[in-house]
Amino acid sequence: MKSILLGTAALAITASVAFAGSHSVVRMGTEGAYPPYNFINDSGEVDGFERELGDELCARAELTCEWVTNEWDSIIPNLVSGNYDVIIAGMSITAERDEVIDFTQNYTQPDPSSYLALEGADVDFEGGVIAAQANTIEAAFIASSGATLVEFATPDETVAAVRNGEADAVLADDAYLRPIADENADLVLLDRQELIGGGVGMGLRESDTELKDKFNAAIQSMKDDGSLNALLAKWEIGPGF
Amino acid sequence: MSCWDTIADYGLRSIGIGERLLPREGYTLCQQFTLIGSGMIWNIYFGVLALCSGFFLATAVALGKASKKPVLQKASAWFIFLFRGSPLFIQFFFAYFLFLSLKPISPIFDPFTSAWLGALIVLFLNTAAYSGEIFYGALQSVPRGDIEAADAYGMSGWSRFKRVTWPTMLRLAWPAYTNEAIFLFHATTLVYFSGFPAWQQRGDALYYASFFADKTFNPFIPYPILAFYFILLTLCIISLFGLINRRLNRHLPQDARAKMKLKLNVIR
Amino acid sequence: MFSFCADPASLGDLAWMACYLTTGKHMAIYTSVFTVLLLLAITAPTALAFGFIGASSARSHFPPLSWIGKAYIAVVRGVPDIAFFLFFVIALDQLFEWIRHEIKCPDWTDSIWQGNDFVVCDIAKLPLGNAPQWVHETYGFMLAVLTFAIVFGAFAANVLYGAMRAVPHNQLETAEAYGMSRRQVYWRILVPQMWVFALPGLSNLWMVLIKATPLLFLLGVEDIVYWARELGGAKTARFTDYPHGDWRMWYFLALLVFYLLFTRVSEIVLDKVMRKLTHGQATLAGEAQRKAA
Repeated sequence: MKSILLGTAALAITASVAFAGSHSVVRMGTEGAYPPYNFINDSGEVDGFERELGDELCARAELTCEWVTNEWDSIIPNLVSGNYDVIIAGMSITAERDEVIDFTQNYTQPDPSSYLALEGADVDFEGGVIAAQANTIEAAFIASSGATLVEFATPDETVAAVRNGEADAVLADDAYLRPIADENADLVLLDRQELIGGGVGMGLRESDTELKDKFNAAIQSMKDDGSLNALLAKWEIGPGF
Repeated sequence: MSCWDTIADYGLRSIGIGERLLPREGYTLCQQFTLIGSGMIWNIYFGVLALCSGFFLATAVALGKASKKPVLQKASAWFIFLFRGSPLFIQFFFAYFLFLSLKPISPIFDPFTSAWLGALIVLFLNTAAYSGEIFYGALQSVPRGDIEAADAYGMSGWSRFKRVTWPTMLRLAWPAYTNEAIFLFHATTLVYFSGFPAWQQRGDALYYASFFADKTFNPFIPYPILAFYFILLTLCIISLFGLINRRLNRHLPQDARAKMKLKLNVIR
Repeated sequence: MFSFCADPASLGDLAWMACYLTTGKHMAIYTSVFTVLLLLAITAPTALAFGFIGASSARSHFPPLSWIGKAYIAVVRGVPDIAFFLFFVIALDQLFEWIRHEIKCPDWTDSIWQGNDFVVCDIAKLPLGNAPQWVHETYGFMLAVLTFAIVFGAFAANVLYGAMRAVPHNQLETAEAYGMSRRQVYWRILVPQMWVFALPGLSNLWMVLIKATPLLFLLGVEDIVYWARELGGAKTARFTDYPHGDWRMWYFLALLVFYLLFTRVSEIVLDKVMRKLTHGQATLAGEAQRKAA
């Protein structure tokens, strides 16, 4: 039970409680450590692109939603065991994950992964040392390339490793690295990018088709009226639809 | 691919021998047993080396804490307090930080940021502090009569220590020291979990267990496998230490030995 | 928190610090200190109870019970606590829900395993799906306490088992000679006497327990270490009003001080308890006390 409240989104109309049946409250699981997708803001609440998106989706689907955070490593086991109902944590849709859980349609375009390195560094993509967060698609990508993979538990540490020279570069989602490169003069994004993941979607239990349909419809309506594009632009997450 | 092939490919993967890529599909029981077992090499490496080297420092620290010189006494007491009073992962964090900042000074410090040396040093200091406290407790309870008898034989200084004080101290401390050894081996799982980065996917048993838990999204297989290996390891430690205990107490008559054991459980 | 905190970027160092240290996020880390203390306060007696039951059954004269007790001690002690924590909480949660499911929904025909999903009927969910968040939190906290208690109960059982055997045998025999039944000997002589032998081991265990609390975040309780990591990581100005570099070192330093202080206080208290317990006991220390008096 890895779930602690960080904020309640009681945006939905109270009337919806009556008909939603088993899902009178939808618990939204996120990581809270991956800006701009999701992070904990100064007042200690879940914030970011996915917080805004999730609240809007819940309002459109007329659901009462509640936000909880969970460690990235156990985010899927806790979903299938029923500790929350939705994963909305910047999770790329992959075939591996799709075997275990279901995804809604993607709400971001596939986000390329970028390399972040020290200004002026000459990075060898085939034989150099590349850092990545453990258990991510980027880590798996580097492991199968020629480069030497060095894994850290958190994204913070991967960036720190580039700073202190442990790694030549770090590979992570472009949207995560870009603000870091913008604010730090000594760090730059390299030209080379890797297209590894599909888009990001919400993860649900395979048995939860009713909820999946509701969210799919809500995402579609946001895509249709352009509000999703506005959100993507606001948080600077890749191109719109 | 048969299980033997898997063992040939991945049996020594944790030290960089065999297949370069970790399995990407299937994730059979055989693969999980092999890779997690391969990771155990590191747990045993850290545990054995830290325990053996820590033993000597622990003796020194225990003597230091029992010494009459205030400088030695204070230094040892603080060393023990610092390492026993803080969680291991904080020690790992600061050690990694320290080694990183030493790195630019001289290339000698390069290997210190890798787990095989850096984490070993932390574990060595940690176990030295814990065992030092155990040895100190035992030193305090060495019977007066033993020392007086040694004096009567004309022993003093080093020979009295080597022949009388030290063996008695070990005998008294042994059950508690066995527990410390078990704890230390368990603590080795923290090395890659929250201390040092894993290079080229070479990690300890827990690293591979969490790799499989992440790939299969099912924690109920890899972690029990890890538990199985550790229960096995713990049983080995207990029987090995039991053998040493028998040797330490070989001069005692049979029933006194049994009695000794009862009393010793008390110290821990 | 303070009225002048509206625009942190314009503040001087001291005022900035005051605002920074009182953000909602920092309040969370201060609260988590109490969460950790509360957890320790509940876990210690619970683990002791587990240990007592484990030790009593291990020395039972009824073989199956003694095997169970011994197996519990051996297995749980043999596994690193971290490995235990990584899967045990989910297992425990599923076990409870399954038991409730069997009781509350006897007519349910579907399997509770639907593919990868663990599905029980709605009224068997723990806590109920629409329960308020604090119920979820409390339940998670209780699961963490239970897991800690099971793990440390095994270590406590080992200590108590040793202590029970260390009580001088002639005392028990004397009690029997006075005509006490086995049960009376156990409760009136053995149990009161064993504590003095168990205390050194138990205090050591308490120290280990304190140092195991950083693993709490594995159990889903957001403890001080979780927040220290979260707060210490480098922050960019886009996502916070208080951007800063990698400050993990300072936060971890604070944690270090916290743990050292806590250890020191525990040592002093346990020393006092030990002195009280040895009073009048037939041990070396008790003898020394008697002579000194």
